[in-house]
Amino acid sequence: MSTSGTTSGTTAVALLARMQLGELTSRQIVADSLERIAAHDKQVGAFLSVDGDAALEQADAVDRRRAAGESLGPLAGIPVAVKDVLCTKGNLTTCGSRMLEKFRPPYNAHVVERLLEADAILIGKANMDEFAMGSSTENSAFGPTHNPWNLDHAPGGSSGGSAAAVAASMTPLSIGTDTGGSIRQPAAFCGITGLKPTYGRVSRYGLVAFASSLDQVGPMAADVGDAALLMEVLAGYDARDSTSIDAPVPDYTNTLDQPLEGLRIGIATEHFAEGLDPEVEQAVRTAIDMYRSFGAEVREITLPHSKYAIAAYYLVASSEASSNLARYDGVHYGHRAENYDDMIDMYATTRGEGFGDEVKRRIMLGTYALSSGYYDAYYLKALKVRRLIRNDFDTAFESVDLIAGPVTPTPAFKLGELVDDPLAMYLNDLYTLSANLAGLPAISIPAGQNNSGLPIGLQLMAPPLAEDRLLRAARMFERETDWHTKRAELSSKS
Amino acid sequence: MSNSLSADDVRKVATLARLKLTDVEIELLSTQLSCVLDYVAQLEEVDTENVEPMAHAVERTNVFRDDEPRDSLPSADALANAPKTDGRFYLVPPILEGG
Repeated sequence: MSTSGTTSGTTAVALLARMQLGELTSRQIVADSLERIAAHDKQVGAFLSVDGDAALEQADAVDRRRAAGESLGPLAGIPVAVKDVLCTKGNLTTCGSRMLEKFRPPYNAHVVERLLEADAILIGKANMDEFAMGSSTENSAFGPTHNPWNLDHAPGGSSGGSAAAVAASMTPLSIGTDTGGSIRQPAAFCGITGLKPTYGRVSRYGLVAFASSLDQVGPMAADVGDAALLMEVLAGYDARDSTSIDAPVPDYTNTLDQPLEGLRIGIATEHFAEGLDPEVEQAVRTAIDMYRSFGAEVREITLPHSKYAIAAYYLVASSEASSNLARYDGVHYGHRAENYDDMIDMYATTRGEGFGDEVKRRIMLGTYALSSGYYDAYYLKALKVRRLIRNDFDTAFESVDLIAGPVTPTPAFKLGELVDDPLAMYLNDLYTLSANLAGLPAISIPAGQNNSGLPIGLQLMAPPLAEDRLLRAARMFERETDWHTKRAELSSKS
Repeated sequence: MSNSLSADDVRKVATLARLKLTDVEIELLSTQLSCVLDYVAQLEEVDTENVEPMAHAVERTNVFRDDEPRDSLPSADALANAPKTDGRFYLVPPILEGG
């Protein structure tokens, strides 16, 4: 790959500094970004829509204001890709689904408003598993995303497009959403940084709902500095999301370089059990040893109910999905079938045509789990186990500050490898979905590569609202390693 | 409780979910959902006696706002994405016999 002479592959923090010095304009950055997308996105499939003219227009406006000495937002002139599950006013928001193929929302999501207020440039909408259901981005109705490190492999999911866009140096920043690992798993597979904030830390207003008690929006970036910068823009109270937490947002960027003194790191025996790829285990243990060398105390902890997380998660998430997706009825927005008998048949035919296989599977599972006679055995039972999972974390965090472990059991699997085996696909989320069930913040940072050059991630988890601790701890690791500086190489042929 | 879903069970659930499925989909879902239900049956071994269900990660009571009038979405915007409208209302198929 040759990105020399272009700004592609440079961090947002570095680009901002160069713009402030007058060495670079937003137009140059955005033009480079668009050029890179044009050159490589046929291979990668990270984007579902890109409006280059609008992005350049936004960039010119920022450049003009900068030249006039006006004060600018913290992301002024920086391209950001937005997962296509977040509403962008007047622009297609498909959720990777035929159901919403032509949907143009009448308003912006809260985080999109925040990006615009920060003077960021919306470079395009990123590919994803349909309605954020999946771990490989193969469930997109518009074709899969390929992992930029090896195009035969999955980028992870459901925020696979957001992760691949950063990994392929098409944009320095992107927004993902995480319901069971959908930011962290693709970040790990693509060798970038992804943060799932505390439940309630970032407003979901304008996020198309999948599982409302689990969904969170968060930053994806090449390194921790960029993730902190983006997180600062995204986080904060919003009255339009009733689960939004009204707590002050720490200054993530300014505290980032302060190492944590007396850090106690927990490692859960359950995270190193059967099924963990030896190369992933090696990378994670090496990372933990590095924390020891920084003076951190490493303690063994146990999360005894974590083995039930997948079962509890798929019941809770599918139940909520079956309820949330009832809104796609062919009446208010989205697809409507052309041929049907009556009203009920119109609903059923519309939904049968509009939804893909995985979405149908989850709606069916959720409908069953909530149906009369099964509610107590499935849904309610799952909610009780969920509390036990949360209690495990509360107990663990009495004696440690962070929990470190793998993000995924293996590096990126091949496209097509798991797509016909739903349960095997679900097992991929083994280490990530507990954080969603418990509402905790967690970050994935690049911590190695396997012998085929596929990235490996390290996951750090923290108590609620301790995103600043996560970012600082991640930064300690990043300062002593160079995994975050590696970029996927793409051949120039398309 | 049996953890397997027959094709007829799948049809019943599909009716509840308002999903029209093909016979091939029904067969496949019968196998796949049975497999998932088998897996989630492991929850039965967890003792949840006296455990309160946890519906949300951040538990909070109802959030109220002041009851003040404010602008809502203009109807033209609300209708803009509808598959069928008459410019004022959403149009749906007749729901009454002879309607």
